[in-house]
Amino acid sequence: MTTTISETSIGEARGLSNKKNPKKRIKRTTWAAIGFASPLIVYLLIFYVAPLIQNISMSFHRFSRRTFVTGDAPFAGLDIYKEVLSSPEFWTTLKQTLIFVIVSIVFQYGLGLALAVFFKQNFRLNGFLRGVFLVPWLIPPMISGTTWQWMMDADSGVFNKFLGMFGMDPVWWLQADHALWAVIIANIWLGIPFNLVILYSGLQNINGDLYEAASLDGASSWQQFWKITFPLLKPVTLITLLLGFVYTLKTVDIIWIMTMGVGTSQTLATWSYAMAFGKGYSSTIKYSEASVVGTVLIVIALIFAFIYLWAQRKEEEDL
Amino acid sequence: MKRRSTWWKTLIALVLTLIMLFPMYWMINISLTKRQSIRSGDLFPKDFTLENYQAAFGTELPYLGTSLIVALCCVILTLVIALPSSYALGMLNLRGRKSLNFALIVAQMIPAVVMALGFYQIYNQLGLLDSIWGLILADSTIAVPFAVMLLSSFMRSLPMSLVEAAKIDGASQWTVFTRIVVPLSRNSIVTASLFSFLWAWSDFMFASTLNSGGGNVRPITMGIYDFIGAQNQEWGPLMATAVLASIPTAVLLIVAQKYVSAGITAGAVKD
Repeated sequence: MTTTISETSIGEARGLSNKKNPKKRIKRTTWAAIGFASPLIVYLLIFYVAPLIQNISMSFHRFSRRTFVTGDAPFAGLDIYKEVLSSPEFWTTLKQTLIFVIVSIVFQYGLGLALAVFFKQNFRLNGFLRGVFLVPWLIPPMISGTTWQWMMDADSGVFNKFLGMFGMDPVWWLQADHALWAVIIANIWLGIPFNLVILYSGLQNINGDLYEAASLDGASSWQQFWKITFPLLKPVTLITLLLGFVYTLKTVDIIWIMTMGVGTSQTLATWSYAMAFGKGYSSTIKYSEASVVGTVLIVIALIFAFIYLWAQRKEEEDL
Repeated sequence: MKRRSTWWKTLIALVLTLIMLFPMYWMINISLTKRQSIRSGDLFPKDFTLENYQAAFGTELPYLGTSLIVALCCVILTLVIALPSSYALGMLNLRGRKSLNFALIVAQMIPAVVMALGFYQIYNQLGLLDSIWGLILADSTIAVPFAVMLLSSFMRSLPMSLVEAAKIDGASQWTVFTRIVVPLSRNSIVTASLFSFLWAWSDFMFASTLNSGGGNVRPITMGIYDFIGAQNQEWGPLMATAVLASIPTAVLLIVAQKYVSAGITAGAVKD
């Protein structure tokens, strides 16, 4: 019984003694619902809403190291936004962020899908190997980041050793122009398992009869993929790419561990991190500027949450 | 259908898995190699030693202990908050359920760096910086929205008749929740706990900002970070520490693989 039904029926049922009981029970259920939900509501207010408001408020006040302690930072309105958005660094960083995110998710998705299709087949050790494939995703990113950093070391990293076997010059992976590509490679590796698992379960929801019918009609497996698998995976694809976009956008740890966001590997998230906590090359703390970049990230997250909700609804309708 | 031999597919799968796991292999390889040979980059630990592990055990145990406490407390906190509210969202038809669900989706998408900045300011005022409790509270925010979404969507799938029957027998909401709903949600609880544990264990953002001055009461990710920040990077002990810090992941994957996959496909997983 839903609450909306109960409200209308309460009025109609007034006076009828045998209906009094359900009314009481429904009322109690609503109170109980609020009671059971209250820990979460309080929690969200304290641990999500408060930090967010704090962040947004900081972006409107000019904070320095001193005013951060004393708490009397002067109100600056939209000035800091103007400063950040008009700085060339913001636009360079935004461009790098988009390259990082889009190249990462395109390859994560492509490789994840290829692997999912491959693992859909029957062969020995299939389940076990699929499980092992999850390791990169479950290992703390800072550990894999450290390992990648060493593998990409210019002098003694295994990457350059490998390239050297083909007579190629060592690449300074973690610096300047190469830094962005170094973190993209590591991040693709990191995201493949996530894509593999989601797409694999998407594949399992596709009716097997379709393939049987198609192969009876003489469709090659290539045709079967493009005519059956890919179109039917569209809703799952949309959700995977959406989540991939948002989660890649906020990545800090793997980039920070590998390059500290130097050179081209600075993204909006690592930039904000560096400014907020005075880490890496940003030796001066810039709370307000960091909050401005943070607010930009919040806005993007909100937009994507709406798109996600829309995509989810659409998927439910399609079912 | 005719059965075809599939050994070559297994072979391809094995090769792909080995490529995928190469970084993990490399980490173990380096951790077992003597200092002077690390830079030669041999494909297996030719110059074998366990000294790196000795060094790692000597200095990193307190950090591992802290991480364990933080991660376990995070699991408990996450469940204490997520379980009752999931019951309200999944079975009690809470008013405003849709808005709350939307808030949870947004919460999952908020970048950790934004949260860290807000927390830093608040903790600074409350004096919670560099404390283990502050870190536990902050780390729990990574998993709570996910846990609520996972558990409430599972509870929604439970038959209402179970609850109705218990209520006719005179059971209170609390009894229904603790005696019926929670035991039935066992699998989802395992999945939620697993991710809560792993995310807290892996956390770098909150540890490096809210707890950077905590001395020994810092998690293992900070123990590793100290190595990276040091002037003279000691790759051997660093990689040995990394291997030790990966053990919980490996163990959980071995004993609970199906729960991990279930969590990822719940469609609401974060990265």
